[in-house]
Amino acid sequence: MSTAQTIHDILVDSLSPLRLDVIDESHQHNVPPGAESHFKLVVVSDVFEGKSLVARHRMINGLLAEQLAGSVHALGLHTHTPDEWAARGEQVPASPPCRGGSKAEGGH
Amino acid sequence: MSEQDDVAARIKQQIADNPVILYMKGTPQMPMCGFSMRTVEVLKQCEQEFAFVNIIADPSIRETLPKVSDWPTFPQLYIEGELVGGCDITMELAESGELKKMIDAAASKAA
Repeated sequence: MSTAQTIHDILVDSLSPLRLDVIDESHQHNVPPGAESHFKLVVVSDVFEGKSLVARHRMINGLLAEQLAGSVHALGLHTHTPDEWAARGEQVPASPPCRGGSKAEGGH
Repeated sequence: MSEQDDVAARIKQQIADNPVILYMKGTPQMPMCGFSMRTVEVLKQCEQEFAFVNIIADPSIRETLPKVSDWPTFPQLYIEGELVGGCDITMELAESGELKKMIDAAASKAA
C-alpha cells in the first residue's frame, strides 16, 4: 500500500473526518520520483472541537509517528472543526516552495 | 549525565532564556527550507527581535529537540517558554493577528 493510502486509512479510522485531503507534494522537492516524502493534509473533524492547534497537530503526529519516522519528512497540517472550515470559506493556503534543506539532510 | 541529557538541558535553557526563539533549518538570512523561510517571514513582520537556532549546524539539537518537545518536525517556535507550533500554526496565528500580540506581550515582559 502507498504511504498516502496508509495515511488516509489511519486518519479515517481515528478521526472520522468530514473532509480529508492527503496531498503528496513530494514532486515540489528535491527527492526522487515516488519518494512520498512531503505531504499536506487537510483534515476537518469534530474531534478538534475545543482543542488547541498544538494539541490537534500532536494528535496527528502521534497517529502518523511510524510514517514520520520513515519516508515522510514534511507534513503540512491544516486542521479545522466543521465551523472553522466553513468560516474560512473552505480554503487552504499553498505550501511553501522547497529551499533545498531536505536534499542532504531529510526531515523538516 | 548522558550526552543527550546534556543537550536537552541546553535546549531547555535556550527556551527559558529567550522570550521568542525559533528552531529552524538555516538562518533568518538564508533559510534552508520553505517551512522555515515562511515562519521567519511572519516573525519579521512582527517587528520584534527573536532568537534562532540553526539545527542544520547543530545536529545534536536536531536529534534531541523532537524528543524533548514531543514535536517531530521543524521549524519549532517557542514564545515565553511554550511551544507555539510549526509553520502551519504560526501562519494561522499570523493571519488572525494573534502572533503579533503574543510576541509583543513576550517582548514587553522581557524589557
